[in-house]
Amino acid sequence: MSVLLETRSLTRQFGGLRAIGDLSLSVNTGEILGVIGPNGAGKTTFFNLLTGIYPPSSGEILFNGRSIAGLRPSEIARQGMARTFQNIRLFRQLSVLENVRIAYDAGLACSPLDALIHTPRALSRERESIEASMELLEMFQLGSHAEDRAGDLSYGAQRRLEIVRALALKPSLLLLDEPAAGMNPSEAMQLTEFLRWVHGKFSLTIVLIEHHMQMVMALSDRIEVIEFGVRIAGGKPEEVKANPRVIEAYLGTEGELP
Amino acid sequence: MIGMTPWTKNRYLPPVLLVVGLIVTAILPSTGLVNDYLQFVIVSIAINAILCVSLNLVNGWMGEFSVGHAGFMALGAYASAILTVKLFPSAPAALIFPAAVLIGGTVAGLAGIPVGILSFKTRGDYLAIITLAFLMIVKSGLENIPYTGGPRGMLGIPHLTTVAWAYFWCVVAFWAIRNLVYSKYGRGIAAIREDEIAAEAMGVNTRAAKLVAFVTSSFFAGVAGALFAHQLQFINPSSFDILKSTEILVMVYLGGVASLGGSLLGAGVVTILTQCLQPLGTWRMVVLPALLVLLMLFRPAGIMGYRDWNWLKPRLSLKLRSKNEDKAERGKEIVS
Repeated sequence: MSVLLETRSLTRQFGGLRAIGDLSLSVNTGEILGVIGPNGAGKTTFFNLLTGIYPPSSGEILFNGRSIAGLRPSEIARQGMARTFQNIRLFRQLSVLENVRIAYDAGLACSPLDALIHTPRALSRERESIEASMELLEMFQLGSHAEDRAGDLSYGAQRRLEIVRALALKPSLLLLDEPAAGMNPSEAMQLTEFLRWVHGKFSLTIVLIEHHMQMVMALSDRIEVIEFGVRIAGGKPEEVKANPRVIEAYLGTEGELP
Repeated sequence: MIGMTPWTKNRYLPPVLLVVGLIVTAILPSTGLVNDYLQFVIVSIAINAILCVSLNLVNGWMGEFSVGHAGFMALGAYASAILTVKLFPSAPAALIFPAAVLIGGTVAGLAGIPVGILSFKTRGDYLAIITLAFLMIVKSGLENIPYTGGPRGMLGIPHLTTVAWAYFWCVVAFWAIRNLVYSKYGRGIAAIREDEIAAEAMGVNTRAAKLVAFVTSSFFAGVAGALFAHQLQFINPSSFDILKSTEILVMVYLGGVASLGGSLLGAGVVTILTQCLQPLGTWRMVVLPALLVLLMLFRPAGIMGYRDWNWLKPRLSLKLRSKNEDKAERGKEIVS
């Protein structure tokens, strides 16, 4: 099994706080990796380091065998790493279609001059981006909302659109930051089915941060557990579930409560 | 309704309108139908529309707040006037004027590069301060250059801005900025306004988008400055102070942010209103800002904020809309 993403002694310091410390993980091509840990464990910081929003204080990130530490987020995205955000970050004022097109456009070569005078090249890119984005939207039952403002969609549809937008980058790796946040158990189960379908359909590798344990256990091939920025356990879902350190991290040690 | 094409979808209409408009504006002054004053107002509307749509690119579509637009305008005005007054005073107008306007735009566009680069790391209030500083540097710089007359400015600029030229450049500015807005870069610029971090994460090269926005915006401000100089025949540094920037800002926020139609509307309304309110003297400077306060209370995005007339949009985006409408129609038929 080939390794798609690897971090080596990844560290991120915020002033005196060590948000991520010496984290070495790898993600295999095609798998779904769950990343769990208590609140404030550094999971989202981990994603922000991978996608280049923060540069690492030290350590290496290898994506497809190439070092991506220190690259700008847009460069990393164009290399095939797409993400969603814990609190939805759509372009709310723009249409649903424009949201998807912005991500799709990243892969299109078009110079500023082409854009300014709408050369045939620019126009054919425009057509391509509309058609491909519409196709993607139809696939996710959002086609009829193409012209609506993204901010006007229902909460569930916004979550879905964020995933569609990420897919428009044609990623090989998809990072999902708490996709089930704010969903009830039955919605979370629906999302589980949905993600499983997306994973197969787009032959993706997925890294998933999630608090809905049922969902993580059902989806993940492997799980890594982080606490205070440090990896404390990892392995198959059933192994992780039985690991005393994980239970301790989540529930505290025995006899702590009076 | 089968087979009917709305006139907005006719691909030959815009070029035909452009040519007809150019002929009309070229003939108009010699017919005697419009007097000099009316011509002055029409040219002013065109120049203001260029200023308004170009500032709208940064303040509306990109959602930043630049107050330095008059500075770019000044650079265009001075560069073009140096060409027509100092360097080639006896060159034929038909040759020198297009070149002067283009060079005015280019000089201003180049000045947009450092401001664009500064916008990589700063935004919001901080960027507004930077553009203010830029404006002050340009104005004080011009006041200290004896070659262009220092604070007294440049006199005796030939009157070359005809109605036809103003119309032509206005169409070019709207056409280019429309093209940009409906392109990869334009959507990237709007994405920066909505959420810069998400834009980067979705592969938008925000630095390229910001540079394109600032350079295009300042280029057309320079073009407008060149037209302005050859309309008034006199420029001095204080024609391009913060008040001038404010005037353009008023047009943008009155007409509507991130809107081509709004830019046209804003420029038209403000220019005509300023003329109509002449009898009020300096009190007119009270009426317009008061209007702005009312607008901010009831319509903060301006009259046409974030919307546009169909005839100003490219055909491609309209085609999609009609396709979706067809689908919605079919859906209705199935239901009924």
